[in-house]
This record gives sequence, structure tokens and C-alpha cells, in this order.
Amino acid sequence: MKKYMLDMKVTANCPLHNNYCLLKLTADQTLPEMLPGQFVQVRVDRSPTTFLRRPISINYVDRETNELWLLVQKIGDGTRTMCESRPGDILNLLLPLGNSFTIPADKGQKPLLIGGGVGTAPMLYLGAVLNEAGITPTFLLGARTEKDLLQLEKFEQFGDLFVTTEDGSFGEKGFVTNHSVLQQVAFDQIYTCGPKPMMMAVANYAHQSGTACEVSLENTMACGIGACLCCVEKTKEEHHVCVCTEGPVFNIEKLSWLN
Amino acid sequence: MAELNVNIGKLALKNPVMTASGTFGYGIEYADFMDISRLGGIFVKGTTIQPREGNAYPRMAETPSGMLNAVGLQNKGAHYFAEHIYPEIKDIDTNMIVNVSGSSIETYVECAEKIAELDQIPAIELNISCPNVKQGGMAFGVTCAGASEVVKAVRKVYPKTMIVKLSPNVTDITEIARAVEAEGADSVSLINTMLGMAVDVEKRKPILSTVTGGLSGPCVKPIAVRMVWQTYKAVKIPIIGLGGIATWKDAMEFILAGATAIQIGTYNFVDPTAGIQVIDGLNEYCDRHGVKSITELIGALHH
Repeated sequence: MKKYMLDMKVTANCPLHNNYCLLKLTADQTLPEMLPGQFVQVRVDRSPTTFLRRPISINYVDRETNELWLLVQKIGDGTRTMCESRPGDILNLLLPLGNSFTIPADKGQKPLLIGGGVGTAPMLYLGAVLNEAGITPTFLLGARTEKDLLQLEKFEQFGDLFVTTEDGSFGEKGFVTNHSVLQQVAFDQIYTCGPKPMMMAVANYAHQSGTACEVSLENTMACGIGACLCCVEKTKEEHHVCVCTEGPVFNIEKLSWLN
Repeated sequence: MAELNVNIGKLALKNPVMTASGTFGYGIEYADFMDISRLGGIFVKGTTIQPREGNAYPRMAETPSGMLNAVGLQNKGAHYFAEHIYPEIKDIDTNMIVNVSGSSIETYVECAEKIAELDQIPAIELNISCPNVKQGGMAFGVTCAGASEVVKAVRKVYPKTMIVKLSPNVTDITEIARAVEAEGADSVSLINTMLGMAVDVEKRKPILSTVTGGLSGPCVKPIAVRMVWQTYKAVKIPIIGLGGIATWKDAMEFILAGATAIQIGTYNFVDPTAGIQVIDGLNEYCDRHGVKSITELIGALHH
């Protein structure tokens, strides 16, 4: 897929709880095709301690308004500065980057989309695309507390929604891999993005239950286009591959994660 | 329109703006963002005779105005390069230069011999300054004896333009530059990354898997300009300057300090079109100063 460098205008910056914001961006031109699982590299100009672009997964693409949505968690100076953007500001983006989740050809499939923390972001766009393809996804979102659960109404538009929180403040108490829906429904494939321990637990659950599983990795990156070789992950064959170009989405059978 | 063309050894560059090894892949990674053939040259990823997996993740730590890396020369080896990558890049209309590395004199020589077979690779950059490998790399580049030995051995088997990439992690870079000039290097490029370190204070652990790594980006620029200026006074061979170049103004600093050509490195990650901006900016600068050829400006500091 051809990659673009685009100046995009902030149309809205919606704060979501304390630690997150939802940025909506538009461009003069029609946005290029973007696939679920792909990401963008955002240039951060107003933070003296931030040098590199920030890789952010695609949260949603609204074709009607020609808008790209980015869900940003304030982790450091770069993401905090991004969350200070105001409507009308221009952000420079490289997009679309990386590979994408595999969309099943068979409409009768029952996919489970598991997201944790800010890793729920790409699950929304994946769910929307699955829904558009005539497949009803099931979302299982995990968070520390109710306050870390984001965009729940939006998820409900595209599929069935289940939630766990570590403190039991919303949904079932515990981790995503303990949720009762896993016992009740036989899923055909699992897609997941979130903290690495969660993804590893999901990957091992999927492997043991014989369910196909794709994970989206968040390794720290410099270039985002396969030039610097900083964001590598080890494959089963002990090779280092770039998450930015060979991923961010990997079939778990390719990685060295399984017990 | 000023004349921007310059020469490095037998190499003719359409302009002095090139991209640094390890920051520009094999060029094609950037082709969606710019016309890469406008560059004076592209230094491709560091290549060794045997494939290397590089160091363990994490390999990168951002710093203010720069970054540390500890990639450790991950590459698929010179044979893979010759068979699979070279055919993809050989017709790009600019100088495609291979950065050659090794862990011993023999492996440097073997790699240079393999690359010498490739007709459309007009030059190599001999990397005696990688700080991220346990054997070879910088070990050769920090003593005059080590630098001389490897350059002498490679010179015997490599007839085309040989550029030697120097380490800034030395007491006096001009001594190393003189030593490699004496062994027949056609040019020196400087600087490679500076050895640095970053700590995750919450975890009380080094961020990089290798503890130390190479610092690059705008934060190293003044050191690089100083070293180019010192080296310019010490050797007769042309100098390729690099270290933190982001804009045409940065590039001009290096040229005025004595660089015949420059490389853009880490900044390619921030602006993948930086090379084009620098070429256009140099052109405007020359026109504005009534300079017909950029060669008039090499080392042209007023004292």
C-alpha cells in the first residue's frame, strides 16, 4: 500500500477520562484506504523533550466526514503534547503504516476482539470493518477500573460487548482471560491488542483452545517504515523482524510467545 | 540554479546531500514520500559477510533532540544482499553505497570483495566505528593501528571509492583520519554515533538491552561540526560530514567547516523528505550568496 505524509487538521479533541483523548483529524484530500490494525506516525513539534514521531493505532475511519480517529493515552511528554492539540491545529502524519488484521472470508464466523487499556483502540475499527463485511464481532474489553473503559457506546454499535475490570467496578471482576463468555461461546478466531502480559495470556489461551489468534504489538519505534530496525520482535525461528513492517499484527504461531 | 555537484574520490555526486547508513534502509522504504533519485547518494544498511540478528530488544531510547540505538548491525549478509536486494536497488538513479562492517580483518575483506563484484555499487563506506557490536566495529576505529590495519587490508581488494566512517569516541579524531588517509582511503565520513546510556529510573534498569548505545540526532551536531573542522585541517582527502543534520542550514555548517558532502541520518525518521528540503535549501543559499558552485564553499569559513 502506498504510504503518504499528510498535514491533517484537528477537527475535535475529546478528553476521555483523565488520561486519554480522542483526536479527530481531517485532510484536504480524501483519506487513503486504511486497514484495521494499521497505524500512523504523528510528528510532535511542540515538546522539547520529544524528538521522534509517535506511533498511534488507527481507532476509526469515518468515511462520511473524511475523519481519522486516534485514541491517545497520555504516557509521556509526546502523547501529552498531542492531547493538548486544539481544533484547527495541524498535525503531520505518515500513513497508513504496517500490516492489518485478517478479515475472514466466511460471514458465518464468530470472531472475538479482546482489547486492554489503550489497546482497545484498534479493536473499534476492526469491529467496524467486520460489521461492514456482514460479520458480527464480540468485543471483550479489559481495564483496571471503570475509569479506564473508553468508547463503550461506540463498540456497542458494531457488535456484542463484554467487559472486565480488575477491581470489579464495571463488568466482571478479573482479567479478560477469565471472562465467562469464553466458556459460553465457541469463537472461530481471536484478535487482541493491549499490554504484553495480557496479550501473552490471550495468545496462550487461544493456542490451548485451538483458536486462531492475531496480536497487535506496540514495540517502541523510531522510523515506523522498516528502516531503523529498532522495533524488532523475535519469531519462533529466532529471527528479529520489524513490528512496523512485518507487523504490528502477528499470528501468534509466528512468535516465540507460546508456552 | 547553482551547481551543486561535487566529487568524492572517483564518485560524482549530483549534489552533496546523501542519507546515512542505518537510517534510510535500502532507499526504497522512502520512495513513497520523495523522489529518492534526487539525492546525491544513499548509504544502505550496514552489511556483514554473514547474516546477523543484531542485539536483543529494546534497542532504542529516545533522548531530547536525538536517540540512542543499539541495533547491532542486523542484516541478512552480503550474499543475500547481492542476490535479493541489489537487483531491486541497482537501477535507482543515484550512488548506492554499501556500508561494510566486519568482526575481524578477514570478514571486512571478504565482505568488501563480495560488494566489489556488484557493478552498480560505486563505493563502500568502511564502518570501523559501530559502537554496538562486541567484536570488530569500533574496536578497529579507536586506535590508529587498528584503523590502519583494516583499511590497508580492504584497500588491497577494493579498487573503487573507499570511504572510511570514523568514530567520535576517540581522543583525537584527526590522528585516525590521517592514519586511514595514509593507507589509501579516498574519503572519510564522520561522525558515527557517540557512546551513550539511558536509565529507566522506575525500574532501576538501563533502557537498552546492551546497556550502552550510540547517540545520534541534532544533539550531537556541534560535536560533529567541530570534528569535521579539525579533520579538514588535518587531511587532504574529501570529508563527508554527518551528525544531527536536519536542515539546509545544518548542512551548510558542515560544508563551511570543511565537508565536501553530507549525510542526513536520524532526522529521516522525523521528516522522511528531509533530504529534498536540504537540497532545495542549499540551492537557494548558493543563489542568495551569488555562489556559482557549492564547491566554492567547502571549508570557506571567514576567520
